[in-house]
Amino acid sequence: MNPSIHVADVNKSFALGKVKVEALKSISVDVARGELFGLIGPDGAGKTTLFRILTTLMLADSGEATVDGLDVVRDHKEIRKRVGYMPGRFSLYPDLTVAENLSFFATLFSTSLKENYDLVKSIYQQIEPFEKRKAGALSGGMKQKLALSCALIHRPTVLFLDEPTTGVDAVSRKEFWYLLRELQQAGITIMVSTPYMDEAGLCDRVALMQEGRIMEINSPRQVTKNFKKALWSVRASDMYKLMMDLRALDQVETCYPFGQEHHVVFKGDIRDAEQARAIVSTIEASHLQMNQIEATIEDCFMELMRQ
Amino acid sequence: MTGELAISVQELTKRFGDFTAVDAVTFSVSRGEIFGFLGANGAGKTTAMRMLCGLSFPTSGQAQVAGFDLFTESEKIKKNIGYMSQKFSLYEDLTIVENIRFYGGIYGLTDEEIRSKTEFMLHHLHLEDQAKTLTRSLPLGWKQKISFSVAMLHRPQIVFLDEPTGGVDPVTRREFWTMIYQAAHEGTTVFVTTHYMDEAEYCDRLSIMVDGRIEALDSPQELKKQFGVANMEEVFVKLARKAKRTEA
Repeated sequence: MNPSIHVADVNKSFALGKVKVEALKSISVDVARGELFGLIGPDGAGKTTLFRILTTLMLADSGEATVDGLDVVRDHKEIRKRVGYMPGRFSLYPDLTVAENLSFFATLFSTSLKENYDLVKSIYQQIEPFEKRKAGALSGGMKQKLALSCALIHRPTVLFLDEPTTGVDAVSRKEFWYLLRELQQAGITIMVSTPYMDEAGLCDRVALMQEGRIMEINSPRQVTKNFKKALWSVRASDMYKLMMDLRALDQVETCYPFGQEHHVVFKGDIRDAEQARAIVSTIEASHLQMNQIEATIEDCFMELMRQ
Repeated sequence: MTGELAISVQELTKRFGDFTAVDAVTFSVSRGEIFGFLGANGAGKTTAMRMLCGLSFPTSGQAQVAGFDLFTESEKIKKNIGYMSQKFSLYEDLTIVENIRFYGGIYGLTDEEIRSKTEFMLHHLHLEDQAKTLTRSLPLGWKQKISFSVAMLHRPQIVFLDEPTGGVDPVTRREFWTMIYQAAHEGTTVFVTTHYMDEAEYCDRLSIMVDGRIEALDSPQELKKQFGVANMEEVFVKLARKAKRTEA
């Protein structure tokens, strides 16, 4: 079966003043039908540019891309009928009410809320009490739910969501991902971007992106499995001093703070606990503790950035 | 601990009409502490932070910030604190050096101080080659590091950081936290909000706001123990789920 999204060797650059910025460098990726696919990367990774090309709002410099088997250049009109797109910036009409925004987008696609109520129901119900409120006066979380309802109103086959959870608190983020799973079960292919590495684990597969390149495409489980070095968690009472001391050690390759622990990789990839302990115990620190741990997506991302 | 407190707040309240955005919060922050100020969207964090910075007048309660009374000496407070907003708030059409000179001037630094601070900052951030670049065209991670350094320009007693690391790559995020650690190590009190729960664990102590009230306040270890969970995210979710305020 054809992939739902197919991207082959896409390049795109912009002129920013006198500087040429390569926003996408030879990007290739296939997303299967019904997949929940994540683009994981920080600001400037190229996530938004890729969304714009796939939603036919921007032309690539070279390469080819299809959505639902349709070419993003030749068949752009047909693609626009089929995809839903929620941009990173709130793009609804702030001076229209919740209900008016929804009916506006429904009308554009020659449909109605009633026709597709089953699909948007669980999301729309949460904003229904504020139907008569102007969209501009909604809180961040509610704006996001309205935007998602509008992106779904024409029952798209593919949904593009650009950083839907940025700036959203941990609870609302959880709920949002739950909604995405529901939509996936309704058969919609979803491509979603996020700068939060912990959200990668909620996708079927992810592309780790940095500065216009895809560093790796894999299931989140396989991404962490591919971290081949031994990773150590080290703790002590003074974590700032511990970090400085660890980084000053010749045998330490990398030392990154991770909340209440530091994640350390030794030069020569030391796996033996006694050997590792011997190195660290040259540091003067109280309550020094260490143990070997499994890598998180963020460890993997930083390791890939180093390569 | 008196005299060692950077922030001391009793029953601080802010009402907008019949809506109580901040509901009688009481807490204190020690000098040199990294204090995490967490809460769901709409819990009242921004309102509380604006009050502490002297930007919004409280309805009732008491507070001392950097040794000054919030109700009567808010102008003195402003001179003794630094503030970094989540939105990039340096002038995008000025260069890095021009921004430093501008903010240095606002905070009353002498020309000599501004000169030496500029040199130190460019060197420290490895930005010597970018001194004359308009801040508009800098990558987000650099912008945030410069914003932080500018907020620290006048050696404030306390620096307020409102979601300082949104959207940056994981390495830059850690470099940024190293700068925060360093500032605290040198005696600056750091008051920070974040949506990254792993970052919450960098803080010495945390408060979590729910519906305008502080529902929990302790070190990350103690909070995890108290709620019997493995990470801060679960603590946060358990508390924030109790929110009754309808978000709209």
